[in-house]
Amino acid sequence: MALQIRADRATTRRRSIPGTGGRSAAVFLIPFFALFALTMIAPVVYAVGMSLFAEKRSGLGFGGATVEFVGAGNYFDVLSNRAFLEGFARLAMYCLLYVPTLLVVALALALLLDAAVTYARRAFQLLLFLPHAVPGVIAALIWAYLYTPGVSPIVRALASGGIEIDFLSVHMVLPSMVNIAVWEWAGYNVIILFTALQTVPREILEAARVDGAGEIRTALSIKTPLVWPALGVALLFTVIGSLQLFTEPKILSSVTTAVTSTWVPNMWAYDAAFNRNNLPQAAAASIILAVLAGALSWAVTRFTSKEPTR
Amino acid sequence: MSAVLDTPAPRPTPTPRAAASDPAGTSARAPRPRRHLLRRLPAIAGVNGLLLVGSAYMILPLLWLVFATTKDAKGLYSGEAFAFGGAFFANMAQLFTQDGGIFLRWLVNSILYAGFGAVIGGFIALMAGYAFDKFEFRGKNAWYGAVLVGVLIPNTATVIPLYLLAAAVGMTNTFWAVLIPTLCNPFGVYLARVYSAGYIPNETLEAARVDGAGTVRTFLRIGLPMLTPGFVTIALFQFVGIWNNFMLPLIMLQNRDLFPSSVGIALWQSQVQQNPEFSTLVIAGSFISILPLVIAFVMLQRFWRSGLSAGSVK
Repeated sequence: MALQIRADRATTRRRSIPGTGGRSAAVFLIPFFALFALTMIAPVVYAVGMSLFAEKRSGLGFGGATVEFVGAGNYFDVLSNRAFLEGFARLAMYCLLYVPTLLVVALALALLLDAAVTYARRAFQLLLFLPHAVPGVIAALIWAYLYTPGVSPIVRALASGGIEIDFLSVHMVLPSMVNIAVWEWAGYNVIILFTALQTVPREILEAARVDGAGEIRTALSIKTPLVWPALGVALLFTVIGSLQLFTEPKILSSVTTAVTSTWVPNMWAYDAAFNRNNLPQAAAASIILAVLAGALSWAVTRFTSKEPTR
Repeated sequence: MSAVLDTPAPRPTPTPRAAASDPAGTSARAPRPRRHLLRRLPAIAGVNGLLLVGSAYMILPLLWLVFATTKDAKGLYSGEAFAFGGAFFANMAQLFTQDGGIFLRWLVNSILYAGFGAVIGGFIALMAGYAFDKFEFRGKNAWYGAVLVGVLIPNTATVIPLYLLAAAVGMTNTFWAVLIPTLCNPFGVYLARVYSAGYIPNETLEAARVDGAGTVRTFLRIGLPMLTPGFVTIALFQFVGIWNNFMLPLIMLQNRDLFPSSVGIALWQSQVQQNPEFSTLVIAGSFISILPLVIAFVMLQRFWRSGLSAGSVK
């Protein structure tokens, strides 16, 4: 039956009867790709074009500004800008801290969920996932208050235990931000990993038990390697997500001076566009970020697909 | 009710362990014989205890918000974080009357941006995913590759380029400047393709074709009803994504009347340094603006669960 249909499809395709070929597919695809061209390709192309020019003002300010072609000049300027590079260093630190923390927390919770009492699982899944329903702005605001001395029950509890921590100080604000992101995204990844754990064949777990492996041993050396592909997907989206860092520092900058207006590259680009009115440099910074994100995603995909799949 | 909701559960993933045939009735998850139960008790308590700790970490900040909504500015600093105050209705009244009741407007804007974006964008993604699954055409893999590249480009990397382009054509500070970019949802196309492959048997479409139905008609009459659960999932995730969007509206809009709630609340927060009483506004506004999402997630559990399981398969 299946063969028959495949054969039918092949012949219809060759005879190009309306209904299977490119023309009818186009009807369905044109809306999406028109939007894709308009909202992803065109802006990036335009930004690349713009980033190759710079506004030059004559020394005395007479005669207005002229637009000059500067080639890669803006890119050199951005990449040699101290604040931009510091922002990048912070972003790198953030990724190094956030990505492993998130994945370890999510994997641990998923493995616990997999070992939990069956009837409790649905409730735990919902509880763990709920923070994901909270918009990034609100999550950052809630935690901003939970970090503020006087309001925060956490600061108060720690202080009564003799521990004085300023979560919003120059040194603590980065880990504090990582905590906000982990809170927002852990549950999402727990569900992805838990779903993958559900597909681990029962026979393998049975065999492990017969061989005398305990629950923890089974979790670490059998279940974890088997969900590697799902972990790879989680890693990919976590890396892409962490490069977007903007909302949390933007919100925290309203409660602490430790977060400057150019704290991460996205904020630097925002500042270039709206406070320094240097649109070409903002464009160049955005393109640099997009290229970096593309390269990192490609690297992560290569890295994870090399591992044995399933 | 739940049985009805659960029947057409999409299973793009390989057969879950629970559903595997189990003739001996000894599922790996089934309780072990009784004599082991006592020995296992510490392990069970440990596992569920750790899960409780994890859940508390996720829930306590939300609970704090609920309690904080009931307090006035003085109560916020009182130190009784997890106790009710008496200012809930006063806070709500202040929230909805501040600046001529602008918060309600922000809320409506959020609903419009997210609602239109989710329904229209979700439908466009659904059509594209359906076409990638059911049609053969030249360059299919290359076009699909473009979609996947779209999935991998971080949103914020295109926000400033979008602003530059919108500024060039004079579109900034309009409703469309925020709505149109959110209609493009490459991840939705990916999900729609997975759903289309899982929900719609090719034989059904063949039958419709033999009966002489056109492609568009076939899609609307046969494909769309079968894809409805998938559409809800895609639209749900897109709704949440747009509701949560911050950088795009922040950059595109200067007119406060067009703000979504996220940008509006952030604007109030930026004034807290000068006017500490704004903090009750910020907290009340945060509470109101997460309420619809939390309710949606609790009601639509089946959809986000299936969406996430489809997303985890490469």
